[in-house]
Amino acid sequence: MLRAALCALAILAATAAHAQQEPASAEPLAPLQQSPLPEQIQIGLSTDRISITSDFSGADLTIFGAIENADLLLARQGRYDVVVVLEGPTRPIVVRRKDRVLGMWINTASETFVNVPTSYAVSTTRVYQDITGPDSYRQLSLGPANIYLTPLAADQPATTIEEFRAALRERKLASGLYNERIGGVQFLSQNLFRATLRLAPNVPVGSHRARAFLFRNGVFLDESSATLGIYKAGFEESIHAVAHDYGFLYGLFAVALAVVTGWAGSIVFRRD
Amino acid sequence: MSIYLPIAEMSVNLFVLLAMGAAVGFLSGMFGVGGGFLITPLLIFYNIPPSIAVATGANQVIASSISGAIAHFKRGTIDFKLGGMLLLGGVFGSTLGAFVFALLRSLGQLDLFISVLYVGFLGIVGGLMLVESLNTIRRSRGGAPAPLKRSGQHNWIHRLPLKMRFRASKLFVSVIPVLGLGAAIGFLAAIMGVGGGFIMVPALIYLLKVPTNVVIGTSLFQIIFVTAYTTIVHSTANQTVDVVLAFLLMIGGVAGAQYGAKAGQRLRGEQLRALLAALVLAVALRLGFDLFVRPESVYSLAPLGLE
Repeated sequence: MLRAALCALAILAATAAHAQQEPASAEPLAPLQQSPLPEQIQIGLSTDRISITSDFSGADLTIFGAIENADLLLARQGRYDVVVVLEGPTRPIVVRRKDRVLGMWINTASETFVNVPTSYAVSTTRVYQDITGPDSYRQLSLGPANIYLTPLAADQPATTIEEFRAALRERKLASGLYNERIGGVQFLSQNLFRATLRLAPNVPVGSHRARAFLFRNGVFLDESSATLGIYKAGFEESIHAVAHDYGFLYGLFAVALAVVTGWAGSIVFRRD
Repeated sequence: MSIYLPIAEMSVNLFVLLAMGAAVGFLSGMFGVGGGFLITPLLIFYNIPPSIAVATGANQVIASSISGAIAHFKRGTIDFKLGGMLLLGGVFGSTLGAFVFALLRSLGQLDLFISVLYVGFLGIVGGLMLVESLNTIRRSRGGAPAPLKRSGQHNWIHRLPLKMRFRASKLFVSVIPVLGLGAAIGFLAAIMGVGGGFIMVPALIYLLKVPTNVVIGTSLFQIIFVTAYTTIVHSTANQTVDVVLAFLLMIGGVAGAQYGAKAGQRLRGEQLRALLAALVLAVALRLGFDLFVRPESVYSLAPLGLE
């Protein structure tokens, strides 16, 4: 009886000791014994800073990426899906609605959202519903329809907030600042992919975040991100900067320019 | 050829803007008006945001008024004392206007307010001018001479206190209507981007009974300083002056004005006024039309705190 109990104790102790050692020894052994390492997604940008000139009329941005530890069989069957997003800096935005008042269309109602991405470009391997389910998109707040927009005043009825939220997305999509490219992500090999994203002509300057999401058989696996600064360069941009930083001096300059132009004009095209 | 406007943040056609400036310059030379009340609506029709169209319009008016003001200065047909008092009122009015401008912008009602003011003012001024010029044309066809305006008539304005003597205008009148008129013009300059000559000139002639020979010079003198002040206030407070846009309009405007002035000499006064009235009414109708037609989308976006 006693021997049996001691024996059991020893086994317990041995188990405990084993358990304590396991983390240290597990790593080198795992690839051989257990299921393969989880798949991971990586993206790379050739530059972390893009300068666009004033006459920028929109462009395609290409982001390359790779799936690490991809199961080659699944990859060959096309079971991996990738969604790449380029999100612009967030700003508070007011959405206004016009209604007919005395026959005139007048802004009446409005709703402010505090953290609206100024731009949002999406590129996917396939149509949304073939990648994963709506719940998954909502959890990841992925895609123009699922960006989470926080209202400033939460006391409005939910239907009103939803109406303005939908209007904001619709207006942003109409302006091209939010855009989607279904099939814009292409696999170059079994684990290398290339995503093409649309930069709108009026793409906002500032720090943009590129994010890539990996799905396997409709299940979200991994996400990785990189930042990209978009800056405007050139003569017109310096004018913009001066107008905002030195408004008073800029005003004086505008007046002086008008005086000189008007005066010079009266000499060049003399009336008398 | 397209050019990027740094403040409006949009690409526009260079030649469209030059042509727009030249056309308005031609008309302003022909009719002897500043052209601000035509430039601002045209810019709005060209999809320039109204807030930028107004502030830039004020800037452009300086250039289109300066050569006329220099000419009047040389001829000595400016009443500096009267102009100075109008200007004093104008500075108050313009400051108030810029404040109201910023307030309306944050409320999202600026575009509406600008359009309603334009429709109202252009409609009234255009309508009055059209009726007056058509009557003159009809009367001159009938052979009857136009009735002469009797000078020296006094109205309620001349009974107000705080009288001041304006020697160049041979006037002894209360400063209250002078300051008030200046303030009203300054307010309109800040909100509508106009010099206000189309209101100032009739007001000086009919309300204050200023002699016609000093009216234009004094009005131009006041307009230059009020629009200059308005430009600086807008660029400081609202950053809405687009200097590239203004410069293109000025170039076109200065050139166009000279040809307009020559063309204007061949037409008779009442015919000119009837044409101008028709033009003013057309602009008012076009702006009014936009107010009543269902917009493409009833929703609009604006960054918080701006535009």
